Amino acid sequence: MVIAMRIFLAVVVLAAAAIGVVFVMRPGALPADTRPRVLSTTAASAAAAATAATKVITRGEYLARAGDCVACHTAPNGKAFAGGRPMPTPFGALYVPNITPDDETGIGRWTPDDFYRMMHTGVSKDGTLLYPAMPFASYTRVTREDSDAIYNYLMSVAPVRQQNRPHDLKFPFNNRDLLLGWRTLYFREGEYKPDPKQTAQWNRGAYLVQGLGHCAMCHTAINALGGSSESKAFEGGMIPNQNWYAPSLTSNREAGLGDWELKDIADLLQVGASHRGTTYGPMAEVVYNSLQYLTDEDVNAMAVYLKALPQRDTEAPPTSQARLVDPQVMETGRKVYAAQCAMCHGGEGKGNAPAYPPLAGNQSITMSSPVNSIRMVLNGGYAPGTLKNPRPHGMPPFSHILNDEEVSAVVTYIREAWGNNGTPVTPAQANDLRKLLPE
Amino acid sequence: MPVKVLVAALSCCAASAALAQSDAVPAFKTVDSIEARVQGCVTCHGQDGQGTNNGYFPRIAGKPAGYLYNQLAAFRDGTRRYAPMNYLVAYLPDDYLREIAGYFAKQRPPFAAKETSTADAQTIALGQSVATQGNPRKGVPACISCHGNALTGMEPGIPGLVGLRPTYIVAQLTRWRVGERHASEPDCMKRVAERLSDDDITAVAAWLSQQPAPKDPAPVSASQVRMPFACGSQQR
Repeated sequence: MVIAMRIFLAVVVLAAAAIGVVFVMRPGALPADTRPRVLSTTAASAAAAATAATKVITRGEYLARAGDCVACHTAPNGKAFAGGRPMPTPFGALYVPNITPDDETGIGRWTPDDFYRMMHTGVSKDGTLLYPAMPFASYTRVTREDSDAIYNYLMSVAPVRQQNRPHDLKFPFNNRDLLLGWRTLYFREGEYKPDPKQTAQWNRGAYLVQGLGHCAMCHTAINALGGSSESKAFEGGMIPNQNWYAPSLTSNREAGLGDWELKDIADLLQVGASHRGTTYGPMAEVVYNSLQYLTDEDVNAMAVYLKALPQRDTEAPPTSQARLVDPQVMETGRKVYAAQCAMCHGGEGKGNAPAYPPLAGNQSITMSSPVNSIRMVLNGGYAPGTLKNPRPHGMPPFSHILNDEEVSAVVTYIREAWGNNGTPVTPAQANDLRKLLPE
Repeated sequence: MPVKVLVAALSCCAASAALAQSDAVPAFKTVDSIEARVQGCVTCHGQDGQGTNNGYFPRIAGKPAGYLYNQLAAFRDGTRRYAPMNYLVAYLPDDYLREIAGYFAKQRPPFAAKETSTADAQTIALGQSVATQGNPRKGVPACISCHGNALTGMEPGIPGLVGLRPTYIVAQLTRWRVGERHASEPDCMKRVAERLSDDDITAVAAWLSQQPAPKDPAPVSASQVRMPFACGSQQR
């Protein structure tokens, strides 16, 4: 029995020694003598540090969603953030860079300082001036803390080895020195400064809309130099190369939100469909990749800020002269509407929101640019499938059913019927958009 | 090239008097229903996926749900390219695409009356031979060896070919041959299309479009068939 006990003890000691050896031999193992003393305190603080680091990465992921980084930095069907997506601009094609943490081809060797400088000033790690297709004119509003969180998140995603493709810009835009001029004219550096006269909610909304949301990239018109003027902020404009019109957010004649319920604004942003209107095209993309993931709190804050934007109608309502329509055109439009549209949008254009948006009293139908309405008739469209509306309703294309006269007549009809105060459109306008591929 | 095909496809149909075609006009009973949700499909594919009198848009009713889902996901992700479809489904999640695919897979609308073929007897004979026996000299398997004796397709990923018009079949086989359309690897259809000549494609399309409506339009079960080529879309 005693012998048996001794043998048992010997085996235990040997086993313990063996375990000890294996432990010490692990790569990166601490020297044995230091381990027991510091174990309890390091383990506890390490756990706390891990939680804090995890929280930062999670917050960075959320903020990267708010900035919609993935939409431009991922090629169609490509690996997330690996870049390579061609971005057509009026000045030639830009190829979006790899922002995965690959050391050779991505941003693996960037520091938080490098990343913040890029976000804040539009200057890359190697000193290159970025083209303003990267919305640094908006991202400059982002705080250092948020920039660091996004950096930490991007460092945590899978590195992808994929060389950046050089841009394919026309002369003279391929000369980056020109960007100095652009920056002088159009770039105002500076983090968002909260307005103490406004509520915390308004300030949060302003921060998101002006900063990561980079809404101004589409909703403020850009000029021939690719610049946008602060005095025209959120007044709307054609989106270059996408041929959709981004409505003004400040004009009640367009998508001005002054008379919208907060809930409808929030729904439009986060759900993709509301009782006032529905998102299609580029805005559906923003909702799908970005806004649907924001918290109710943040979306409501954006809605509060957007609703409070100063309403300034720079354009007078159209004169009755401008609204004159050939009665025959109106009759053609009415017939097409009754046959093809009334089933969903109702005989009186009231729609069946949020499934089928109203057309009567809908600013996006009556606004001065008829581009979006014509495109919807030609190509149809589905609202984005979102967490709160995963099975959206959709509108079919009519480009193969209606000719240019019928398209322009039905668009004229919905712009003028039921008290809508839009203006007629011409078959030539329908024809111009028919020639484009839907996107 | 795809742009030209598209423009041709869209312009050819502008002339068709589809206003008179009631099954291509939006119609449904309840707003909160899958029927109402798929109204975005009906002006091209018909109320029940039976196709329309337009020469290009395919019948989708009764094709296997797996095949339809693969196409919807490929259109969304840009791996199958046809701008009007890419645009429509760009922002739709997987589960919803599966639901839409399942809906059209279950539909059993009648087949449209077949169009009179302009192909000569020799062409039809060549088409029949390739479709039913293949061409062993070129290593082309018969269409029916995968698409089913009644050409109704095979679960889960192989489409029925009956009820498709020659324009659509020619366009798809050509796109496959030049690498514009592809399926998941191993891409069996690419192996087939690369072995077909222009004459083969015209002939097969002409013969297929003349085949009568099947008694049972359901796709055949995969367990009954050993396929001549391995297909990525059949692997689960």
